[in-house]
Amino acid sequence: MKLDSKIPDGPIAEKWDRHKFDLKLVNPANKRKYTVIVVGTGLAGASASASLAELGYNVKTFCIQDSPRRAHSIAAQGGINAAKNYQNDGDSVFRLFYDTVKGGDFRAREANVYRLAQISNNIIDQCVAQGVPFAREYGGLLANRSFGGAQVSRTFYARGQTGQQLLLGAYGALSRQVAAKKVTLFARRDMLELVLVDGKAKGIITRNLVTGDIEKHAGDAVILATGGYGNVFFLSTNAMACNVTAAMRAYKKGACFANPCFTQIHPTCIPVHGDYQSKLTLMSESLRNDGRVWVPKTIGDKRKPADIPDSERNYFLEEKYPSFGNLVPRDVASRNAKEQCDKGFGVGETGYAVYLDFKDAIARDGEDVIRKKYGNLFTMYEKITAEDPYKSPMMIYPASHYTMGGLWVDYNLMSTINGLFVLGEANFSDHGANRLGASALMQGLADGYFIIPYTLGAYLAKEKPGTVNTDHDAFTEASSDVVTTLDKLLSIKGKRTCDDIHRELGKILWDYCGMSRNEEGLEKAKTLVKNLKKEFWTNVTVPGTAAGMNQTLERAGRVAEFLDFSLMLLEDARTRRESCGGHFNDAFQTDENEALRDDEHFSHVAAWEYNGEDREPILHKEPLVFEHVTLSQRSYK
Amino acid sequence: MTKTINLTLKVWRQKNGNVKGRMETYEARGISTDMSFLEMIDVVNEGLILKGEDPIAFDHDCREGICGMCGAVVNGRPHGPEKGTTLCQLHMRHFDDGDEVVVEPWRSRAFKVIKDLVVDRSAFDSIIQAGGYISVNTGGAQDANAIPVPQNVAEKAMDAAECIGCGACVAACPNASAMLFVSAKVSQLALLPQGRPEAAGRVKAMVSKMDDMGFGHCGNERECEAECPKNISIVNIARMNREFIKASLK
Repeated sequence: MKLDSKIPDGPIAEKWDRHKFDLKLVNPANKRKYTVIVVGTGLAGASASASLAELGYNVKTFCIQDSPRRAHSIAAQGGINAAKNYQNDGDSVFRLFYDTVKGGDFRAREANVYRLAQISNNIIDQCVAQGVPFAREYGGLLANRSFGGAQVSRTFYARGQTGQQLLLGAYGALSRQVAAKKVTLFARRDMLELVLVDGKAKGIITRNLVTGDIEKHAGDAVILATGGYGNVFFLSTNAMACNVTAAMRAYKKGACFANPCFTQIHPTCIPVHGDYQSKLTLMSESLRNDGRVWVPKTIGDKRKPADIPDSERNYFLEEKYPSFGNLVPRDVASRNAKEQCDKGFGVGETGYAVYLDFKDAIARDGEDVIRKKYGNLFTMYEKITAEDPYKSPMMIYPASHYTMGGLWVDYNLMSTINGLFVLGEANFSDHGANRLGASALMQGLADGYFIIPYTLGAYLAKEKPGTVNTDHDAFTEASSDVVTTLDKLLSIKGKRTCDDIHRELGKILWDYCGMSRNEEGLEKAKTLVKNLKKEFWTNVTVPGTAAGMNQTLERAGRVAEFLDFSLMLLEDARTRRESCGGHFNDAFQTDENEALRDDEHFSHVAAWEYNGEDREPILHKEPLVFEHVTLSQRSYK
Repeated sequence: MTKTINLTLKVWRQKNGNVKGRMETYEARGISTDMSFLEMIDVVNEGLILKGEDPIAFDHDCREGICGMCGAVVNGRPHGPEKGTTLCQLHMRHFDDGDEVVVEPWRSRAFKVIKDLVVDRSAFDSIIQAGGYISVNTGGAQDANAIPVPQNVAEKAMDAAECIGCGACVAACPNASAMLFVSAKVSQLALLPQGRPEAAGRVKAMVSKMDDMGFGHCGNERECEAECPKNISIVNIARMNREFIKASLK
């Protein structure tokens, strides 16, 4: 297999415009003859569904939840970046591009990131036109804030609920197309298989989560917008239903999976507090604009935080990174918090937490100003912990949050399977080894509103519409495979629940493939996961049947895929013998414990090809070429 | 401080929409007061699964109070006793050792029970499809700052836009009316200059769809506002009524 990224020729600033002109178009009268399947209704899936339907395609849209409005994009708090330069502080498309490539520790494609930065401005225009209630200045113009790792104010926000408002905007656009009968909506559906005909993606198999029916759906192309795999760690900031199943089904049918070891551990989450815990809650990174991160200077200092004077506090981020201070990128902030706790300076019951303190900001700006900026976050913190962050500092600790890796796609967002496109967090393309704050929403909407409407057309222009229907043998075969797997899960009748096994898997990955990794640990983790996989397939218990609603069966299927996926993730981490962004290998660090890249050997995308059950996947490398940014050691000092 | 409590749960069990349901009793033992209500149900369910019994089906997803997927009536109150709190953000420290806790699904003609605590809220989607959006196609929007919106107006629109579509307002209402939900979307879009061109048609279409879907009328009981986990105000209902009258007189 040869990976062809299909990056257009020409100067970087003109690539996308030229490419759009070169792409073939589908005649408006012919668009209605095509059916497009979209799986997922987060920012990427909802915006793609709406935009494609507006163009005239017939769209079939699927989501796991009871309504498309609930996809996990809704939980994004902080904001969305755009290079508008409304604040006159020196921002530009090139600066957003540069910051994103650098923030990703030089492991993303230049051309993709440049296009993302260009499109960022259109996204804001589009969302405002839809009625997204972004924060405003008194004069009525849009407000901005600076956000994780950026020195300009380019982040647009709607209180601490930006993702919610953007998603509801896209959901509105999608709903309008449902009313226009251009989108057919299938809620409470789990995609359990991808169907290929003559090597091309032509449909999917779903399970109706209410009736249990196994359903076949045919189309002329399939778009996966199924999110990330952060739940592989069991505890993460992802929603409970977030899973890697759709991506794994595509992978097992021939789609390469790129850079799975690039996982983002977010620095500001509420610490773990018990074994029963089902998820971790993020506290928006925007809090780091005003909050100061610290630990006591003395190990085991059990005094109340208010009783510890300034001189006995270590504001370790400000100390170590004077120019960025508390605003260093997520990977850097997370690793430093872990380092402090590993050395014994951590606070709280478990010792795995650091303080995020608003005392100085409240003294400077007043409680009202802080309440206006972060009121909902402070309330959420208090609900969960029963502590008032206006009075005592928050306690935070890093948690699995976002995954930069994903299915490999070319510049047109098509995977290595013809006709299978992948959007949003589910693909790998734009964030390199670490995603900057407020960039995920930008990428999801860029893919859905402004890229796929062009690139999908170019693919369909060469395809005859409606060539395959669900009577084809490939559908019969795929649906019987699905039934076989479900029956197998139900027949084991062992002694452990799927959550119990998932929790164990999460712990293995967190311990050996979390914020820092090493050769020995990764080898050990592979053995542990292989054993756990055996344990799962011989000792899991799933009550009930496949008919009707069976939430345990849904979860069991997801855990099975997470187990297989973990082995690929561990192998990717093991073979990337360097440190970059979210992937930190202890053996590769600078004298100051920063990630040490090896550009000579690892300036590439690692794309993994499935090679059969229980066999090591095959590695393909897409070289990354940097012509517009200079590769350098990231420095935030 | 962390402590553990024991509870007796009375939970609505219903195999599917075609059969009758009934209350079942379960003991929830050793529940940490730091758990969320849903984590408490997780613990009960893990016990049921290990006994080979059917666990309690319930809707949930983000578990941080924003997706609107979770919800049940706890001791007679949608999302339980805490004000401005979704069920996933309700923590067990608000219960006492030995409490009996009654857990039921949303009750409304428009929300049919699918299984146990899971109900069908697709009627809300239908109402949004009737007009809960601004009709702009992708592309071609003018520069975002070409439409100034006074800050106080943007704030009011945002107050309304915070609705998570959970359905607690319907469950709380003696008439099972969806007025709070519908008015939140109507208000958000009617307040903003971008939403004015379609305001009249939107309010008429959405109210008419709400009636079609089997929701009741508003009787000014204000139960919806009292139970809304996002504290959406009935000011929005008043605004929707004004919009509706204006639209009807046109």
